[in-house]
Amino acid sequence: MPKNSISKNNNEGKRDFLIISTYAMAGIGAAAVAWPLIDQMNPAADTLALASTEVDLSSLEEGQAITVTWRGKPVFVRHRTPEEIKLAQEVSLDDMRHPETDEERVPNEKFIVLVGVCTHLGCVPLGQKSGDVKGQYGGWFCPCHGSHYDHSGRIRKGPAPTNLEVPSYKFLSDNVIKIG
Amino acid sequence: MSKSKFKNPVVKWIDHRLPVFSFMDHELNHYPTPKNLNYFWNFGSLAGFALVTMIVTGIVLSMNYTAHVDYAFDSVERIMRDVNHGWLIRYIHMNGASFFFIVVYIHIFRGLYYGSYKAPRELLWILGVLILLLMMATAFMGYVLPWGQMSFWGATVITNLFSAIPLVGESIVTWLWGGFSVDNSTLNRFFSLHFVLPFVIVGVVILHLVALHRFGSNNPIGIDVKGTQDTIPFSPYYTIKDLFGLSVFLSFFAAAVFFFPNFMGHPDNYIEANPMVTPAHIVPEWYFLPFYAILRAIPDKLGGVLFMFGAIAVLFILPWLDRSSVRSSQFRPIYKIFFWILLFDCILLGYLGAMPAEGIYVILSRIATAYYFFHFLILFPLLPYIEKTKPLPISISEPILGGAATASAFATREKK
Ligand code: HEM
Ligand code: FES
Repeated sequence: MPKNSISKNNNEGKRDFLIISTYAMAGIGAAAVAWPLIDQMNPAADTLALASTEVDLSSLEEGQAITVTWRGKPVFVRHRTPEEIKLAQEVSLDDMRHPETDEERVPNEKFIVLVGVCTHLGCVPLGQKSGDVKGQYGGWFCPCHGSHYDHSGRIRKGPAPTNLEVPSYKFLSDNVIKIG
Repeated sequence: MSKSKFKNPVVKWIDHRLPVFSFMDHELNHYPTPKNLNYFWNFGSLAGFALVTMIVTGIVLSMNYTAHVDYAFDSVERIMRDVNHGWLIRYIHMNGASFFFIVVYIHIFRGLYYGSYKAPRELLWILGVLILLLMMATAFMGYVLPWGQMSFWGATVITNLFSAIPLVGESIVTWLWGGFSVDNSTLNRFFSLHFVLPFVIVGVVILHLVALHRFGSNNPIGIDVKGTQDTIPFSPYYTIKDLFGLSVFLSFFAAAVFFFPNFMGHPDNYIEANPMVTPAHIVPEWYFLPFYAILRAIPDKLGGVLFMFGAIAVLFILPWLDRSSVRSSQFRPIYKIFFWILLFDCILLGYLGAMPAEGIYVILSRIATAYYFFHFLILFPLLPYIEKTKPLPISISEPILGGAATASAFATREKK
């Protein structure tokens, strides 16, 4: 009898193993099938291919700004005046929500390049056109929930958690930049 | 075989093999229903009517609609101007969404007032909250389809809420968009989901009804049915009452569709979407305003999102938050007062959601948000320890008939 019950236990152990491994394999299989169904929602190859834009800055006068489209989003380019540059560089970082120096954000101090999307919930801030409200710090102002950005695109007041994003870009020549 | 209750031989033949007629007779005709239901019990069938209306008008709209960023706006304008009766169908769908929410919100507050979420109807209630969530997702995605300025910017702001999630937030938003901003991929998937979710809602509604018919309707005094003397058959008593309610509802609905079709909409949505320019005031559809007010009341991005979803999450666990075993507010003198405060609070939140987020509006939003969560998380669990409830009647018949056993409507009907 003892022998018998041992072999019975062994069989039960084997059965548990089989059941658990069947479930595990089915689970892995289901996950493998689910992944393509989920991943198809990520950006497609053609969307990713559209990912760079070139901008010629030669006609952009001091104090002027242009908005270009990059990945379906607005990108702000502003030719800053010497006073604006001075303000952006000399302001103290002490009470900034997201402290960054102007030098870190702007490789060429004359031109500031920013993704024109408020870091709060994605509205396009005002300040590109000459008549626009520019907010208390002279840079950009987001009307949606009242975020104020300075000449360096840094958040100074309002609900946005971080500074306006600086896209990755490089100068192809003195006056041409490639974004993305 | 027992004698069939159907006379028509075709019905009899089918019913013997596929008992759909017996099922309908049992659930819709004979179904015993408390005899004291008031007009607040009309809103369930009205919600069902609204759902069917949305599905029928939606299917015909999609025969003329083009889900592409270059054509969507124009295809909706074509529906309005050129498609035969297109204006009517679209206005029914557009206002139908608003009326659906009005009906469902009244239905929910009915449940709160009469304690319909309490045992044994917890799952019935939870299925209802699930329907509300699905409706919100459906309406949100539907509003994106006409591709106006509010469509685009509403979609941008709401999908960006997910970027508040730590670490994976940005990847989730890109995944939702299928790109780097709200764009053609987003519009396409929203159309696909907007088409299918209402059918998912139909499925959940069926479960909601199965759960309802397990114990039957609650009633204004909130005590259990004690026997047939407390009930009347659903048909003809409540079918006729529901039809009367429906005709009143349709009068209001038709007035909106024909005389004020754009009253609940926003004029900016008749401007085609422009990803480069944000309108001065982004406001969601009115039925989202209380939640939007909660979102903006919290000064932190992630916190705002959590509280907004929390406002619905508390509804899911309400059956366990409320510790009182007395269902109806009629016997809960203190809760009754707070019920009206909650209703006022929600309307106030709705108003604040439509106002700019500055000055006094921010302060009021914070107070109203605080009250909302106080009501659910503190008042519901603690009030029963303080409140002295009024004595409950012995049965549904007792307050009216003095408890005497009376001939039931069933009995009279059965004799015929
Ligand atoms: C729960 C049910 C539904 C709700 C709450 C709902 C809500 C909405 C809303 C709010 C709009 C925007 C209306 C506007 O401002 O123009 C809309 C548009 C649309 N819906 Fe629905 N809908 C529902 C069911 C359906 C179904 C079942 C279909 C298709 C089978 C559908 C197809 C469409 C189409 C094609 C549009 C775009 C045309 C337009 O904007 O008028 N809907 N829906
Ligand atoms: S989106 Fe800019 S402040 Fe909210």
